[in-house]
Amino acid sequence: MSRKKLVMVGNGMAGVRTLEELLKIAPDQYEITVFGAEPHPNYNRILLSPVLAGEMTIQDIILNDHSWYAEHGITLHLGKKVSKIDRVQRRVIAEDGTEAPYDRLLLATGSNPFILPIPGNNLPGVISYRDIHDTDSMIDAAKSYRHAVVIGGGLLGLEAANGLKLRGMDVTVIHLADWLLERQLDQTAGRMLQKSLEDRGLKFLLGRQTEMLIAGESGRVAALRLKDGAQIPADLVVMAVGIRPNTTLAEAAGIHCNRGIVVNDTLQTYDPKVYAVGECVAHRGIAYGLVAPLFEQGKVAANHLANYGISRYTGSVTSTKLKVTGIDLFSAGDFFGSKDTEEIVLNDAAAGVYKKLVIKDNRLVGGVLYGDTADGPWYFQLLRDGQDIHEIRDHLLFGQSHVGDVGHQGHSKAAAMADSAEVCGCNGVSKGTIVKAIKEKGLFSLDDIRKHTKASSSCGSCSGLCEQILSATIGGAYTPAASNRKPVCGCTDYSHQEVRDAIRGEHLTTIDAIMRFLEWQTPDGCEKCRPALNYYLISTWPMEARDDPRSRLINERAHANIQKDGTYSVVPRMWGGLTNSAELRRIADVADKYQVPTIKVTGGQRIDLLGIKKEDLINVWRDLDMPSGHAYGKSIRTVKTCVGAEHCRFGTQLAMAMGVKLEKMLFDMYSPHKVKLAVSGCPRNCAEAGIKDVGVIGVDSGYELYVGGNGGIKTEVAQFFVKVKTDDEVMEYAGAFLQLYREEGFYLERTCHYLERVGLEHARNRVVEDEENRKALYGRLLAELKDAKDPWAERIAGVEKNEYEMLSV
Amino acid sequence: MAEWKSICTLDEIPRLGSRVVRSTSGDIAVFRTSGNEVFALRDQCPHKGGPLSQGLVHGNQVTCPLHGWKLRLDSGEAVAPDEGCARRYPIRVDSGMVFLQI
Ligand code: SRM
Ligand SMILES: Cc1cc2nc3c(=O)[nH]c(=O)nc-3n(C[C@H](O)[C@H](O)[C@H](O)COP(=O)(O)OP(=O)(O)OC[C@H]3O[C@@H](n4cnc5c(N)ncnc54)[C@H](O)[C@@H]3O)c2cc1C
Ligand code: SF4
Ligand code: FES
Repeated sequence: MSRKKLVMVGNGMAGVRTLEELLKIAPDQYEITVFGAEPHPNYNRILLSPVLAGEMTIQDIILNDHSWYAEHGITLHLGKKVSKIDRVQRRVIAEDGTEAPYDRLLLATGSNPFILPIPGNNLPGVISYRDIHDTDSMIDAAKSYRHAVVIGGGLLGLEAANGLKLRGMDVTVIHLADWLLERQLDQTAGRMLQKSLEDRGLKFLLGRQTEMLIAGESGRVAALRLKDGAQIPADLVVMAVGIRPNTTLAEAAGIHCNRGIVVNDTLQTYDPKVYAVGECVAHRGIAYGLVAPLFEQGKVAANHLANYGISRYTGSVTSTKLKVTGIDLFSAGDFFGSKDTEEIVLNDAAAGVYKKLVIKDNRLVGGVLYGDTADGPWYFQLLRDGQDIHEIRDHLLFGQSHVGDVGHQGHSKAAAMADSAEVCGCNGVSKGTIVKAIKEKGLFSLDDIRKHTKASSSCGSCSGLCEQILSATIGGAYTPAASNRKPVCGCTDYSHQEVRDAIRGEHLTTIDAIMRFLEWQTPDGCEKCRPALNYYLISTWPMEARDDPRSRLINERAHANIQKDGTYSVVPRMWGGLTNSAELRRIADVADKYQVPTIKVTGGQRIDLLGIKKEDLINVWRDLDMPSGHAYGKSIRTVKTCVGAEHCRFGTQLAMAMGVKLEKMLFDMYSPHKVKLAVSGCPRNCAEAGIKDVGVIGVDSGYELYVGGNGGIKTEVAQFFVKVKTDDEVMEYAGAFLQLYREEGFYLERTCHYLERVGLEHARNRVVEDEENRKALYGRLLAELKDAKDPWAERIAGVEKNEYEMLSV
Repeated sequence: MAEWKSICTLDEIPRLGSRVVRSTSGDIAVFRTSGNEVFALRDQCPHKGGPLSQGLVHGNQVTCPLHGWKLRLDSGEAVAPDEGCARRYPIRVDSGMVFLQI
């Protein structure tokens, strides 16, 4: 079968990204031809600013070199501008006469800089700032001329001005509005920005308008006259006053345009054979000028070009970041506010910090940050998620508490870190390494950073820092996906919530059925989605769905923790941290018999035998004759207890007995992530109940229950949940809360992350306020755990025996 | 001289799973895909020596259990951007028996 022909006009960032997405999902569907007016293969236009500033070279910013096109069999016509589309015969014709027939056409012609209609606008020395050619002209001009004038104090203008200044020119910025970046910043932040740019030697003329450009003797521009009569010297004039979608070609071909090539939610134009993406497009009346939305468009267009026909582009919320090294500025959404909005403002002029958050109906709708943008990505996430913020309103302005994040020397602000400072403590990756990879490898997402540098790929505590570095390096090109829409992994576009809904709504009971129904893009998924799907199946249809051992990671498959040398560790259960002499003797005997190299008391009040060979595991378990401690599982780990009223002179409740009861009730519970509890006998809280998923604190009149604590990567103090009187109530409330988490939590979400997403009030409403629902939840938990089995005992009896037996030759 | 040796029946390797073969030249991981193809690799990840047999199998790849590198079962090559290669061994199935050449 001969392949269909796809022609793309415009070899820029949006178009080539669309091809990349297309090649990922349908590598052989089309014979592809690309026309690009510029003589270069696709490069990272965003990074023209660091090139101008002398921080990078053109070579560094090439995204797809010639070999990439060759590898994918793409015919590339560089330096050829398409001048005509013949829609009847379905072919395009370039200025030099080159023709190419198409079955599908993709227009990605970007936009043109707007040139002010003033006398002198075509003099030599007057340029715009859009491509490599413009950048080279500026670099050359800086070598032989002195006076530069930039017209336009927007993002592009300021980045141009900063670059020219760094190259030694005397730079004046002329701006029509009363403050800089008036479309991104409010006046206060605009003034602060102006001040710090002035400190670097830039000059500003605000609220002024250019009348004409005047030539010198050589014929090159020499001066600029303002409407108020003032005249300033100018050997180089850069116009950065805005862009216009480049629709010339489409319009000439009779394709409907209205401030951009008009497309529907599938990026199709009025001609069904013709798609369009990028800055040339008007989608629902909006033409975007930042990379992130264009990439989203590209993904959808690729999906339809590949005839999958399932995804829709519904528009984007954008955020911006000025890429001037050393200046920290972030804005997103609607930050001017209106009469229905409220504002929270912090203005610390001396420290150079300004923050404004705009709130409407308990939701964040916009924000401006100047001087301290560490929380920009977090605010942006809250904004995109449309999350109700009333519970966190009183500390919203102070940002997401980074206090507990460990592993990067307490740093929480990427901008303040030296290049050599360690960002990722797990993999030893410095800030400089990450910045270099973002620039040289053309990375655009956190996932890319994880893949290429390994930073944030282990414990994830430095994700926030990596996001900051990313947004500082590529500006608004980085926008995190709304968290409820984040795809489960690279195998699908569906989010955790969508997958859960489909499993319930369609009554799916096997992994194969889910993958078929949701059109998984890989044959068997991967190590990220399969364990998640397996959990969702079992938690949704506990009596019907069967566990799939092949979809469990090694620890849960082997029922022991793998070690760096391939041996395993064994942690038997000690209910509530209690043991006895017989158990200790058996542990000692096992240690001798199997020559266990290390015996350690864990942080969870029990004993770990480390360094056991896999083929010995079953025998070790048999000899120990103790149940599994599930130290490896997404399950109940430990219930930590203090000695309580059993022994302690201050104890008010029997903490050990309560702990043992809870642990026995929850034995073998499978959950989105591991679950840890603690019971303390009095408010001195020696069992550290304040940092557990469920913490129980005995008081004279009963027990206080706390939920959502975490002592790991991000220390999170548990929140007060309810006060109860009896042991049975502790079991019921704790059990119901955990069942709610089991039914609603996303895979690998600890209770603290789950509560951050759904809100504590939601959990309280379901468990504390609604007695009927509480009893139902508790009932379901008990029913599911009624037949709980000890996985070690099952394996001693022969289950999954292949897992532990070696083959020989 | 390398020769073909029978190691087990196909059924003894779980679908989307693996077994370990102890040999004088070290451990060899044998994998079975969802399409019932079998592959054999040295049971040592090119990253830090993780036992590949303990990884999760998907498509024609296995994800190393220690730090998540992905390796192609047919070539032993790490999937980009990671770089490295685990040695491959010839393996075939004949009337339900699996033979390994070592
Ligand atoms: C053995 C132990 C360390 C010790 O020697 O004390 C341990 C060992 C591991 N912890 Fe832990 N954690 C141990 C107590 C803790 C504690 C303290 C506690 O439970 O009181 C914490 C902080 C409390 C908490 O979880 O909120 C803790 C927070 C973590 C985390 C971070 C979890 C988080 O949500 O932030 C991880 C990573 C993960 O689970 O993704 C982790 C992961 C691990 C893993 C499983 C890493 C891995 O994937 O291989 C380690 C397994 C080593 C092994 O082979 O045995 N371990 N780990 C402790 C076993 C307790 C037990 O008896 O079961
Ligand atoms: C200096 C600078 C800094 C920027 N910084 C940021 C930033 O920090 N963050 C951010 O998100 N965005 C930034 N942007 C904007 C971003 O670069 C653009 O949004 C993005 O490049 C648009 O992609 P596109 O594919 O639609 O258009 P382009 O990348 O412009 O590609 C269009 C291509 O089509 C070619 N073309 C046009 N007509 C024809 C034709 N008839 N035949 C053949 N070829 C044709 C053009 O020559 C061009 O190469 C910046 C832009 C500039 C110039
Ligand atoms: S035991 Fe926990 S803290 Fe220690 S190295 Fe392993 S994961 Fe890190
Ligand atoms: S040892 Fe395999 S990924 Fe590190």
